[in-house]
Parts: sequence; C-alpha cells; structure tokens
Amino acid sequence: MHQFSIQPLFGSEGWSIAGYNIAFTNSTLWMAIAAVTLAFFVAGGMKRQLVPGRWQMAVESFTGFIDGMLAANVGPGGKKYVPYIFSLFMFILFANFLGLLPLGVIGLHAFTFTSHFSATGVLAVLSFAIVLIVGFAKHKLHFFSLFVPHGTPVIMIPLIFCVELISFLVRPFSLGLRLFVAMMAGHVLLEVLSSFVISSGNAGIGLFAIAGLPSFILMVGICALELLVAGIQAYVFALLTCVYLNDAENLH
Amino acid sequence: MPQIAQLAATYSSQIFWMLIFFGFTFFVVGRGMVPKVMDTVAQRDKQIADDLAAAERARAQADAEEEAWRTRENANRAEAQALIAEARAKAAAVTTERLATAQVAIDATLAEAETRISEARRSAAAEIEDVAADATRDIVSRIAGLTLDDGAVRSAVKENLVHG
Repeated sequence: MHQFSIQPLFGSEGWSIAGYNIAFTNSTLWMAIAAVTLAFFVAGGMKRQLVPGRWQMAVESFTGFIDGMLAANVGPGGKKYVPYIFSLFMFILFANFLGLLPLGVIGLHAFTFTSHFSATGVLAVLSFAIVLIVGFAKHKLHFFSLFVPHGTPVIMIPLIFCVELISFLVRPFSLGLRLFVAMMAGHVLLEVLSSFVISSGNAGIGLFAIAGLPSFILMVGICALELLVAGIQAYVFALLTCVYLNDAENLH
Repeated sequence: MPQIAQLAATYSSQIFWMLIFFGFTFFVVGRGMVPKVMDTVAQRDKQIADDLAAAERARAQADAEEEAWRTRENANRAEAQALIAEARAKAAAVTTERLATAQVAIDATLAEAETRISEARRSAAAEIEDVAADATRDIVSRIAGLTLDDGAVRSAVKENLVHG
C-alpha cells in the first residue's frame, strides 16, 4: 500500500492557507506532471497546418473524439462543453497512464493520483456542480421535472420523485468512486502478483516455477488490461459527465 | 489504506492542488488551445467543402457550356442543311426552267418544220396539178385537136386528182 501513501516533498509540509495544509506532495507533483505533459502534447498539435502532421493529427483526433461524443450525447448545444470535457478526459487519461509508467526500474516512483478519492472527488463534484448550475440556469425550477419521468401516474409521483432524486444525488459519488476504485484495484492487483513473484523467488526455485512464473505471466497480461482500464475509466468519466450534461441541457 | 488513513491530513492539499492543476489544464489547454485546434479542423473541413462545391460548380458550368455548344452546333447543322436544301431546290428550279425553254424552242422548231413541210407538199401538189393540166391540154390538143380553155382543163384535172 506504500505506493498510495502521500508524502510532502521539498520540505513543504508546513505550507498552509487559513489553517488548511497545502503541502506540495508527491500526488501534487504528478498532477503537475500530468497537466504539463498534457499542455505539451496539445501545444505540439497547434501547428495549424492545412495538411496535418502526425502529432497534429493525434491531437485533432482527440478533440474530434470529444466533439463527437458531446454531439452524440448532448446534441448541438454540447459544443460549448468541449473545453471542459476535453480537459477532464485528457487530464484523467494522462494521470492514469503516467501512473502506470514503469519508473520503478530507474528508481523513481510513479504515483497515480486518480487512485485517491480526495482527487477524483474534486473532479466529480466539479462535473456535478456544472450540471446543477447549467440545469438551474437554463430551466430554473423546471429542472425538478427531471425527477418525474414522462407518463408517471399521478399517484406515483412522490415516490418516483424521491427515487430519482436519490439516484441523481448519488451521481457525484459514483462518478468519483468508480475512477478511484478502478485505478486502485488495478494497482493493488499488480502489487499482489508482484509480491507473489518476489516472495516465491526468495523461497526457492521450485516454488518460483509453480507460483512465481505464472504470476509473472499473468502480470504481463494484467498490465495490458490496466492500460485498457486507464483509457476506459477516463472515457467513462467523460461520457457520464456528457450524459449528465445532457439532462441539464435538454431535460428529458 | 492510505486514501482513508491520510485523509484528514491530506484532503486540503489534495483538493487545493487538484483545483490548481485542473484549473490550469482547463484554462490553458481546454480554453486556450482546444478552440484553436478545433478551429483548424473546422477551417480544413470548410475548405474541403468549398473546394468540393467549387468543383461541382465548375462541372455544372462545363455541362451548361457543352449543352450550349450542342445547341449551337445543332442550329448550325440545321442551318447548313437548310442552305443545302435551298441550293438544291434552286438548282432544280433552274434546270426545270431551262428544260421548259428548250422544250418551247424545240416545239417552235417542230411546228415551223411541219408548216414548211405541209407548204412544200401543197406547192408540190399545185405544181403537179399545173404539170398535169399542161400535159392534159397538150394531149387533148394533139389527139382531139381541141383547144380547151385553161380553166376547164384545170378543174377536170383537179377533179381527177382528187378522185384518183
């Protein structure tokens, strides 16, 4: 579990604003790396050539992907959310991939800040807040009609309203927890398997052949799976935000 | 599980820096760079659409020009046909006229010739009559010793010539 522990860096543990600690931790460092890498990546695609090069093509395919996702889920009104959804998707994607970098082989330790719900929760609350703000700004109190689907019998309205309200309020939690759980589970799984490899190797060649080697082969496969999960979780986060934004933008 | 064990000590730092760096990502990358990238894509799409539209327009124009050329060509051909037909008709008319003139001349010549022939026949008949009358008077004077007057001999000869 050591890989998930947060440690202040550069002697910053005393930093605070209004009594709240804002130490520059290893988690903060990887947020910074993700943000800077992403900015570098997108800046490389801003050559604005008529015939794009490889890098520009890569960046444009990402913006086109987000644009298409919003167009499909929200409709023409979704165009204005492209900067937010793009930032969200790419930031999470870069965080997940950077956290999977095998930097241990050169003595550094990658840190996956998306495996902390205190970090994913911020993004989830941000998305939820945007949905609320857009919904109430656009539809005023009519936004509450979201909780009463069309064709609900009058007698069922109070019950349905409560059910829908609860499912609505659970969204930020499910959004933040899903990402945190998926990232953490993958890292824990890899850690457990790698501990099998190491301890069986220490115990003797026979045990290594029976337990260590299959575990190692499994790890290789699970590493590929983790790369997939890193992409899928970023996609799911962005997609669900799009779906929620659709509720706010168009009601039902 | 450090996520929970360290929560009280680290939540403010996590939230603060998350907002800082996600805010940086959103404002610098999302708001600053992404619209320009999308703008480039939109510009390219627009250019492609414009080029396609221009090509389509050019094709339509070429079609229209070809159509106009065809119409003109057809008109020219029809005009040429008309000219040929007219020339042919004119030539035919001229030929007919010339034939008619020639026919008239031939007819006139024929008629004249026939008149001449009939005149010659008549004068020949008159001469025969004279000769016959002279011969008759000679014969009568020699055989019968009669001197007949010219008128009687001539009417008798004429009567004989007519009745054979």
